Amino acid sequence: MGMKKKLTAIDVVEEIKSGDISCEELILEIYERIERSELNCFITLNKENALEEAIEVDKRRSGEECRRKKLLGVPIAIKDSISTRGIQTTCASKILTGYVPPYDATVIEALKKEGAIIIGKTNMDEFCMGSSTETSYYGPTRNPHDLDRVPGGSSGGSAAAISAGETVLALGSDTGGSIRCPASFCGIAGLKPTYGLVSRYGLIAYANSLEQIGPMASNVTDTALLLEVLSAKDERDSTQVKTKNNASTNYCLSWLNGKRSGNGGEGVGVEVEVKGMKIGVPKEFIEGVSPEVEKSVWNAVHKLEDSGAIYEEISMRDLKYALAAYYIIAMSEASSNLARFDGLRYGLRTGKDEDWHTTFSRIRGEGFGEEVKRRIILGTYALSAGYYGTYYLKALKVRTLIKNEFEDALKTHDILAMPTMPFVAFKLGERIKDPLSLYLADVNTVSINLAGVPSISVPCGFSNGLPIGLQLVGKHFEEDEILKAAFVYEQTFL
Amino acid sequence: MDVKIGLECHAQLLTKSKLFCSCSTDYHDSKPNTHVCATCLGLPGALPVVNERAIRYGMKVALALGCEVQEEIIFYRKNYYYPDLPRGFQITQYDFPIAFNGLVRIESGGGDGGKEREIRITRVHMEEDPGRLVYIGTIDTAKYSLVDYNRSGMPLVEIVTEPDLKSPKEARIFLGKLRSTLEYLGVFDGDLEGAMRVDANISLEGGDRAEVKNISSYKGVERALSFEITRQKNLLRRGLKIQQETRHYDETRGITLSMRTKEFEHDYRYFPEPDLVRIRISDRIEEIKREIPELPDEKKKRFTSQYSITTEHANSLTYDINIADFYEEVASKIDMKLSATWIADVLKGELNYRSISMREASKRISTADFVAILRYLKDGVITERGATEIMREMLDRGGVKPEEIIKSKGLASIGSEEIEGAIDKVIKENEGAVEDYKVGKKEALNFLVGQVMKHTRGRAEPKEVRRLLVGKIESEF
Amino acid sequence: MLLKKEEIEHIGWLARTELSETEKELFEKQLSSILDYFAVLDELDTEDIEPTYHVIGIKDVVRKDEPKEALSQSEALRNAPKKEKGYIKSPRMF
Repeated sequence: MGMKKKLTAIDVVEEIKSGDISCEELILEIYERIERSELNCFITLNKENALEEAIEVDKRRSGEECRRKKLLGVPIAIKDSISTRGIQTTCASKILTGYVPPYDATVIEALKKEGAIIIGKTNMDEFCMGSSTETSYYGPTRNPHDLDRVPGGSSGGSAAAISAGETVLALGSDTGGSIRCPASFCGIAGLKPTYGLVSRYGLIAYANSLEQIGPMASNVTDTALLLEVLSAKDERDSTQVKTKNNASTNYCLSWLNGKRSGNGGEGVGVEVEVKGMKIGVPKEFIEGVSPEVEKSVWNAVHKLEDSGAIYEEISMRDLKYALAAYYIIAMSEASSNLARFDGLRYGLRTGKDEDWHTTFSRIRGEGFGEEVKRRIILGTYALSAGYYGTYYLKALKVRTLIKNEFEDALKTHDILAMPTMPFVAFKLGERIKDPLSLYLADVNTVSINLAGVPSISVPCGFSNGLPIGLQLVGKHFEEDEILKAAFVYEQTFL
Repeated sequence: MDVKIGLECHAQLLTKSKLFCSCSTDYHDSKPNTHVCATCLGLPGALPVVNERAIRYGMKVALALGCEVQEEIIFYRKNYYYPDLPRGFQITQYDFPIAFNGLVRIESGGGDGGKEREIRITRVHMEEDPGRLVYIGTIDTAKYSLVDYNRSGMPLVEIVTEPDLKSPKEARIFLGKLRSTLEYLGVFDGDLEGAMRVDANISLEGGDRAEVKNISSYKGVERALSFEITRQKNLLRRGLKIQQETRHYDETRGITLSMRTKEFEHDYRYFPEPDLVRIRISDRIEEIKREIPELPDEKKKRFTSQYSITTEHANSLTYDINIADFYEEVASKIDMKLSATWIADVLKGELNYRSISMREASKRISTADFVAILRYLKDGVITERGATEIMREMLDRGGVKPEEIIKSKGLASIGSEEIEGAIDKVIKENEGAVEDYKVGKKEALNFLVGQVMKHTRGRAEPKEVRRLLVGKIESEF
Repeated sequence: MLLKKEEIEHIGWLARTELSETEKELFEKQLSSILDYFAVLDELDTEDIEPTYHVIGIKDVVRKDEPKEALSQSEALRNAPKKEKGYIKSPRMF
């Protein structure tokens, strides 16, 4: 059977249910690919369980129960910051070596319910802190388009795995761009949901008020399907908005049932979805990006215009403060979230036990990488007595300004369009020695997290063989609009 | 010397599940680490969700203490490190607690004739309990500690007083009043181990405050504070300054130890808990106010007037809501004053002696049983001693009726003939003692009374026996 | 130099995270320049702006007081590196 064309999740589910492909063979082929790979996408593999489940799927595929499952037999890779029961979960950190959660994150329960098969835990920046997957304790992941370059981060392992066909679907998490950045660098689709859409129960926290788990896939339709499964209601997350669940993705999915488009021409009818759609292009997001990126993104915007959308250049003045505000908030929350890693109930416990405080400090000194320590120090500082007003509180006020600015822009526009990243994938080791330069790479993504609005990155071109990402931003809980536009664009691009 | 004491009281609330997770709160007799989940164990990725009933209980306490309940509450993180704190922060309240500005009235601990004192309540707020540390040895000598997280996440209401208390005794009285009130509200059970923990602030002559932590018993409070006052007085006498510091109370040795080392310097870096949202509470105030029952002060007043009993008795009867209810039930059936005496003076004493609660006791001796006993007493069927013995027997054995005991122990009062008979016998058999009495040795009479009681197996009234004995002896001459 | 080595050491202590000498020196340089960058926020007058704690602004999320099944003792202790008789073993306090 062939992996000749890149299988989509929709294809897999259909063909498994119809008996056209064997789930077991598919999974075996995936693992073969992983084992041959030089990319280092995975930290832990779930081969035994996955194969057992695949065999089960093949056996029961025609049964009533299985026919209802939306992701039957689809291989999915999970970022290692998401808790999986019985499977090691490390957040790519030495301090969580060997940690096996006794519970599944809510999204994992949802995936299992729909029949997805977890093939392994993907590499990432340690505790999601980074934009290149270079801070991982398990070594960097490589970009499938150029092995000497970074895949982006922090969900680099997930993005690279999709791009290289080492999985069909993947989960990432996005605090300041961690889904969209690697999606952009690896040439795949990745969506950060509205804050409060997807339950964070089971996501090992980096910055609670900013992050969301989100879908990553090779195409927009798969992204929509996965998002629908992920947005299950969950009583265990107080910050999830219960009235907006199971994001309506009927647009994308209904196109498939009946009017499957593939090669231009047959995509009749989909353009009507973006007719009259008002797209805002904030100039602050375009300033300072590389020329190829700028060209590519403008081409994409024009393509959408050809399909009937209307675009307008706008200005969002306060955006230049977003990066500082983001990092202060994220580091402050992180410094508190990471305080629990003390070697008592889980994780690293090396050396001789001295007194509590000394032992505790030593373990953390040994177990955390440099970037993590940097952020813990800065975050602790920002919250400490005398500095709280200057940094944390101030950043929260700036957040209000940024949020208002997005809300204003989205009052007069349906979506916003801009480049995901200011450049294409950089070389391994190029920026890691200068933390600030890495932080600055996030300039186009962090403001979206501050405002809590949804955003998707889809490929829109190449520069010297390296993918460029188009970012579409929507109103709170209007993932449909950005999915619609992304899908239409994708069809024209194909 | 001018002493100022302020208390921070942490009381565990009687909800069915913990404050931020659904683990059962019924852990007190369980094996360690059997009432934990991802959230209260601090596993990475777990999230808190607020228990609505816990908030209601907290509001009830605030209202009962006369506080001003706020519009909205926000939970904050208090960041510090201790093995019993699984997340490295405690979820508590800081700027938006449940309530401010209340008042508790207590009897003065000074010798000024039991005048009433007003103790101001600064604030009432909610927070979670940390786990429990078990030291092999004492905190400063143990080679390692053992941690049990069953208690982690239990809902606590924290009641903070202004430094209005003037003595360790007063502090104990205040805690008694607080316990009483909380039990009346049905939100607290003072008999559960570790249910109430207190930190105290104490300063002398307006000097710096010392904070004493880890007090977990009512007696402990008085002892710890007395020790502190002595310690501070000694320092002042030697011309030394009292350091503003935190001290740890060691229950076993009855002393406080300085904790003023680097480990205990804290910068709590409070910030609002990002995993929780604001909760509007002011809309529940009226409803919760209506749920508040008659509180100790009101009940005491009512008892003195309704039942015509003394203030002392009323005090004693209303401290524990279970005793108050028991009394009212009994007093509705039989002599109010007699009931008061027998419950406040006798029954309570028996309970204290056996260290059992009224709740436990009422399983063994019902109000109906008690009424029966008092009736037998009133009708002269049994003596006071007999009544006491029946009560003791029922408390010790449980599952027996008064009538059975009267029968089995032959406690039925005896007639005067039998008494006279016994007296005659005793006088005959103890001529020596009789002689002693005649020459003026009054103790000899006690001996003779005792002998008569022995003969009648306690069924005679001692006063009556004494009267008859004396009569008999003196009449022979 | 906004953050001196001693201050970094102190913060490291507050955060109970041991830093090597090399790290302290490295951080002295890096953290100061990062904080310099953060100072851009001083340009904004936010006196009358309300801070945003929750970007979606929901309130009143509570749960009914119903106990649910806990982890078993073995599940709870499975990842603990040191344990004894059902307790988790912690280093001594002093």
